[in-house]
Amino acid sequence: MNAEYTANPKVTAPKIIAKKIIVRDLSFYYGDFCALKNINLSIAEKMVTAFIGPSGCGKSTLLRTFNRMYQLYPKQKAAGEILLDGENILDKKQDLNTLRAKIGMVFQKPTPFPMSIYDNIAFGVKLYERLSKNDMDERVEWALRKAALWNEAKDILRQSGTSLSGGQQQRLCIARAIAVKPQVLLLDEPTSALDPISTAHIEKLIDELKEDFTIVIVTHNMQQAARVSDYTAYMYLGDLIEFGDTSVVFTNPKRKETEDYITGRFG
Amino acid sequence: MLNLYTRRRIVNAVGLAISMLAMAFGLFWLCWILWALLEHGLPALTPVVFAQMTPPPGSSGGLLNAIAGSLAMTLVGTLIGTPIGILAGTYLAEFGQRGWLAPVTRFINDVLLSAPSIVIGLFVYEIYVIRVKHFSGWAGALALSIIVIPIVIRTTENMLRLVPTTLREAAAALGAPQWKIINFITLRAARAGIITGVMLAIARISGETAPLLFTALNNQFWSSDMDQPMANLPVVIFQFAMSPYEDWQKLAWAGALLITLSVLTLNILARVLFRQKSASH
Repeated sequence: MNAEYTANPKVTAPKIIAKKIIVRDLSFYYGDFCALKNINLSIAEKMVTAFIGPSGCGKSTLLRTFNRMYQLYPKQKAAGEILLDGENILDKKQDLNTLRAKIGMVFQKPTPFPMSIYDNIAFGVKLYERLSKNDMDERVEWALRKAALWNEAKDILRQSGTSLSGGQQQRLCIARAIAVKPQVLLLDEPTSALDPISTAHIEKLIDELKEDFTIVIVTHNMQQAARVSDYTAYMYLGDLIEFGDTSVVFTNPKRKETEDYITGRFG
Repeated sequence: MLNLYTRRRIVNAVGLAISMLAMAFGLFWLCWILWALLEHGLPALTPVVFAQMTPPPGSSGGLLNAIAGSLAMTLVGTLIGTPIGILAGTYLAEFGQRGWLAPVTRFINDVLLSAPSIVIGLFVYEIYVIRVKHFSGWAGALALSIIVIPIVIRTTENMLRLVPTTLREAAAALGAPQWKIINFITLRAARAGIITGVMLAIARISGETAPLLFTALNNQFWSSDMDQPMANLPVVIFQFAMSPYEDWQKLAWAGALLITLSVLTLNILARVLFRQKSASH
């Protein structure tokens, strides 16, 4: 329940952890249905925060408020505050396009656009920057390298993004999201449609990406949360039940509900 | 009592037999029509058909003016109808979730889709032909475009709806404005389907007779002026087939075969195109 986290005991040098996103009293509605109830938590900068919980608990909903994805649908609305570097992004004055330039997102199913691998990545970049051909080439290579796809894709950049395998497509989507150079990366069950080998690839990638990005990941897979995240939030029926250090949440949860869920007695 | 497996096999065999019969029944008529067309049309389909104008009774001639007129009106009708149809279909699929305008438009479009084509011919006759006081190729093209519009609207909307929402969300998550999402992502993803719809619309209007009777009428001579009455294959077939002259009847068979073959080709092309595109996804 507590929104504050204690310093990770595994971190050797004491590290000052900045709060990238602070959620205050956030409630969310699908029409009349209240899907999130008064959520309070903060997301640490350049760390991985995982949201876990059974289906329908609101973890994806919470993630989708961070880039205001719900705005696409007329009947969904959020109340409360989400501060990104101190600025309330739920404010009506917040420009959605600049917000989404800062907060990238990768979805459950790979979503390559119907265009070449190169253009898939250039599409997002072109929304914000006018780059010369050379600079764009460099950016595309940079993003593909970051997403660990360069070696597989460098010779087929002009091929359709849909011709890649599922795991490659998902890494393409990650490359596309980071090519815009966002500060935060939202991952909505990014490996649930992938085989174990591709999943391992992506998990390794997440570990590398947190050098540069603040990462929030929603996952059904508790082992995955335990493997990749620094902080874990357990949610149930729209409530944030427990939030804290991943090692603590998984080994010594404060709440009975959390323990039941992570030990598999429930959910 | 038969065991479960045997019973399932019998039910399966009976069901399969009935569906095969239904298919054979449908195909039988189609083949008969094609056979009759080929039998009568093929001998009449000589090079002269493509080189000469429709003749007066008793002299030799071809269908050149009718073929050209049909092509011209079909082309103009498609050029008018396709952009309107694609734009309206895009509106319905991409912006149609809120408000009352989209459901009303969708309903009216459905009505228009099933409107008898003769009514559309009469409508254009009333609003255009009567005003300008003469039949014309433009009027014919206009009537055809009114048939194209609802077909293209319907297929565009359906094809855009097939594009997964996650693709739209992915583009929106990058911060793309809606017009870019629609132009560069969803319309592109639905392109093959929309082109298929346009081709099917062309196939549909290239055989329409009723709307042309009241609008383009016919013209026995060569005319490249769309503001004059214009020859076209369906009306020529209608006129020639009903005539007592044998050479006219032969030309009607040739014309009928021509239309059927082009419609068949368009349909097959549309299918091949759509299948190729779907396979690549």
